[in-house]
Amino acid sequence: MESVTISEKQEKLEAVIIRFVGDSGDGMQLTGTQFSDTSAMFGNDVATFPNFPAEIRAPQGSLYGVSGFQVHIGSVQINTPGDEVDLLVAMNPAGLKTNLSSVKPGHTIIVDTDAFTKKNLTKALYESNPLEDGSLSNYRVIEVSMTSLSKEALKDVEGLDNKSITRSKNMFALGMVYWMYSRSLDYTIDFFNKKFKSKPEIIQANTKVLKAGYFFAETLELIPNSYSISPAKMEPGTYRIIMGNKATAWGFLAAAEKSGMELFLGTYPITPASDILHELVKHKHFGVKALQAEDEIAGITAAIGASFAGNLGITTTSGPGLALKGEALGLAMMIELPLVVVDVQRGGPSTGLPTKTEQSDLLQAMYGRNGESPVIVIASSTPANCFNFAYEAAKLTLEHMTPVVLLTDGYIANGSAPWKIKTVDDMPEIKTNKITEAPENWNPYDRDNDTLARKWAIPGTPGLEHRIGGLEKDKTTGNVSYVPENHEYMTKIRAEKIKRVQNYIPDLKAEFAQEGDLLVVGWGGTYGSLHSAVKQLNEEGYTNIGHAHFNYINPLPKNTDEIFKRYKKIVVCELNNGQFIQVLRSNLGEFTYSAFNKIQGLPFANLELIEKFKQLVK
Amino acid sequence: METTTVKKYTSKDYTSDQEVRWCPGCDDYVILRAMQKALPEMSVDKEDVVFISGIGCSSRFPYYMNTYGMHSIHGRAPAIASGVKLSNPDLSVWIITGDGDSMAIGGNHFIHLLRRNLDLNIILFNNEIYGLTKGQFSPTSLVGQKTKSSPYGNTQPPFSAGELALGAQARFYARIGGNTPKEITQMFIEAEKFKGTSLVEILQNCPIFNNGCFVKYTDKAVREDRQLFVEHGKPMIFGKEKDKGLILNGLKLEVVTIGENGITEEDLLVHNAKEEDPTLHQMLVRSEYPMVVGVVRAFEDVTLEEREDALTEQVKAKSNFTKTNDLFFSGDTYEVE
Repeated sequence: MESVTISEKQEKLEAVIIRFVGDSGDGMQLTGTQFSDTSAMFGNDVATFPNFPAEIRAPQGSLYGVSGFQVHIGSVQINTPGDEVDLLVAMNPAGLKTNLSSVKPGHTIIVDTDAFTKKNLTKALYESNPLEDGSLSNYRVIEVSMTSLSKEALKDVEGLDNKSITRSKNMFALGMVYWMYSRSLDYTIDFFNKKFKSKPEIIQANTKVLKAGYFFAETLELIPNSYSISPAKMEPGTYRIIMGNKATAWGFLAAAEKSGMELFLGTYPITPASDILHELVKHKHFGVKALQAEDEIAGITAAIGASFAGNLGITTTSGPGLALKGEALGLAMMIELPLVVVDVQRGGPSTGLPTKTEQSDLLQAMYGRNGESPVIVIASSTPANCFNFAYEAAKLTLEHMTPVVLLTDGYIANGSAPWKIKTVDDMPEIKTNKITEAPENWNPYDRDNDTLARKWAIPGTPGLEHRIGGLEKDKTTGNVSYVPENHEYMTKIRAEKIKRVQNYIPDLKAEFAQEGDLLVVGWGGTYGSLHSAVKQLNEEGYTNIGHAHFNYINPLPKNTDEIFKRYKKIVVCELNNGQFIQVLRSNLGEFTYSAFNKIQGLPFANLELIEKFKQLVK
Repeated sequence: METTTVKKYTSKDYTSDQEVRWCPGCDDYVILRAMQKALPEMSVDKEDVVFISGIGCSSRFPYYMNTYGMHSIHGRAPAIASGVKLSNPDLSVWIITGDGDSMAIGGNHFIHLLRRNLDLNIILFNNEIYGLTKGQFSPTSLVGQKTKSSPYGNTQPPFSAGELALGAQARFYARIGGNTPKEITQMFIEAEKFKGTSLVEILQNCPIFNNGCFVKYTDKAVREDRQLFVEHGKPMIFGKEKDKGLILNGLKLEVVTIGENGITEEDLLVHNAKEEDPTLHQMLVRSEYPMVVGVVRAFEDVTLEEREDALTEQVKAKSNFTKTNDLFFSGDTYEVE
């Protein structure tokens, strides 16, 4: 391809946020992914946020059918996909209408004028054409007839139907944005060549339109400025861009290999967790066994059966599925077998907001079972560390012989970020509790002195035949027991077993102010938002604000109170109506907490956090 | 499993040290003993035998067997057992369930297990009543049956376990009376030998809440006249005098008497349990006179674990990945200096 000439007007920027929006069939997810992958290859740090409707193909042009993909790229560390955007690419009026409020005043909007027909304007509930009525005067609007220009570019390509021609317009938009940010087209062209191997005409068409957009932006001087974003300073190493759900799946693969176990996934499809299933079923070459079961309950119980038989049993779901799995999770806790339940949280309650993010399953994960049934609860906090926490979930369940619930959420599960690739050698050892021969006087409920884990005797092993079940069992033999004192003892020992996990998890750390006026507390997927806001405030001189983020919820890190003690105020920020704050209040009641909650199916916006924290330290 | 490595066992080896706690006179005792007798006859090692049960009277069964076992939660034994079998196909896996456990709360798992055809065995204790919860009607209770939860008579028509199973593509279905220990033992042995999901339905009397529910078929005095014990390859003959038999008249089964109207043994239907088409098996299941017992259907088919194994081998042969590192560093990676 032609070399990129850096124009005199080119600005150097630290970071930029771009959002591509269009109809759910317009290919916005692909466009956004291509842009973020290309930027990552260039060495930028990136964070992405896809935002799409639950309907697969919502009525064309409708407001609720708008699909969006936001990319935050930078030469500095990027912690979130960002909130207000520098550039909006709107492929239709509905996309413009639903996203306009997110564009920073004075910043750029690129629209496909061909889509601003009377019909589409009506569908988007516009009374007049915003391109003509002056309502966009606060923005730099770049009007491009992308559909017609794409058609024109393809007039000589043979063998294309009308639909393919129209659909290529997203590549025109991508080409323009590539030029604006001095990106190479190579990665995307390479992608076409691989993806459409058997359809040379589609490769040709997409490449032509991509280049057409690129050259259009370069030559017609429609774009007043172009920007360049230098590579970010990142730790040296080999990287790849990874989505949270894929990282979760890979964490389990790594744990299975490290522990020498076979991985068994029992599951049922549910948004936004299904991608973990889609990823794991690919890996039969590693001996992964996956059963797409008849329902959520069969998914978890098959995984329990697999664990009983000596595999690493896991199940994946989202909120409504976790509700269905409750009884079986209680069984796994009672029979003290390894099991990981991944809950990729979405907006609730009931069916709720399936494609939107929320942190509202925390109390369900903690308490959503009959009887006294504590389990380990941990949460990952970025797309990339879904790998670490899936691995950690497997390690904890195998070493402590009790189920682990791993909470992620739609935001980090679908978001992508650079991941410095970890090898299995980099990961900590996993010691299972398996026994292969009968020790003298062995009993199924003999416990390890330190962890209180029982031994794992696997069917097929001579001399270790035993029965387990959901009925209360004798503290030693595991036989059914209705003895009152035994039940109390067993209830307490199951609780103590979870508490002792504290001895095996890392301490809580505070970032920024190590003591001071305000501690910002969060857990799970809000790490990026909270970190960015506190960082910005510290840079602005608010050096009295610290941030502590929890990945371990049950049990809490041992030193939590020591950290909390050092601040005058503690604010607990959550994407729910206040759940972790209840966990903190019941565990560490000596502190006073204030809550900052958002329940809109969306991540925290930087501005709202900054305002809140400033107010709290005033 | 290789038969040569199998150790010798007696029924005692399969008896656990737990006190059996079913009601006096319950058929469950007969079934338990039949299993403890059947297992030593099979070419399996004791450590490879796994019993998985749900909830209900029958589901206490695993506690009484000196093997690996799990007494799980209501209705879910088929799914748990599927996980066990897929994880270790060398195990001999047995599901112990009742009519409520398998066809009410666990109905979904039951039909999907049969559809998938894993090589394991289901022993269904059908007593047409809920015993452990003390006497409510079950999905196999009869219309009009008076129970704790239907004091004026049950209004819900029952499932026939056999019809439901065949509708869900069961490859192996056998039915047997709960008071015939020898035949129960035989059914267990046949079920274990069969490659695929084997369902053995036992007409099990509950002496407390539904006493005598099968007596018109199973009572010693009427058994031979009321029951037809089918065997693959043999003519369908029954009756104390061995003079009754079944023929196909149009689309219906008909009971005939040998020696009457010129009927000879050659005119009778010959049982073909291995036939893929389940039409005739369905008719046998539906028949009330005679009540058909024995192995009604035993059609050998590919099992789920065989399909999974073959696919895994195929994928492995084609894949460049042997370690996760091969995957993690594959495709689009980039270096940061």
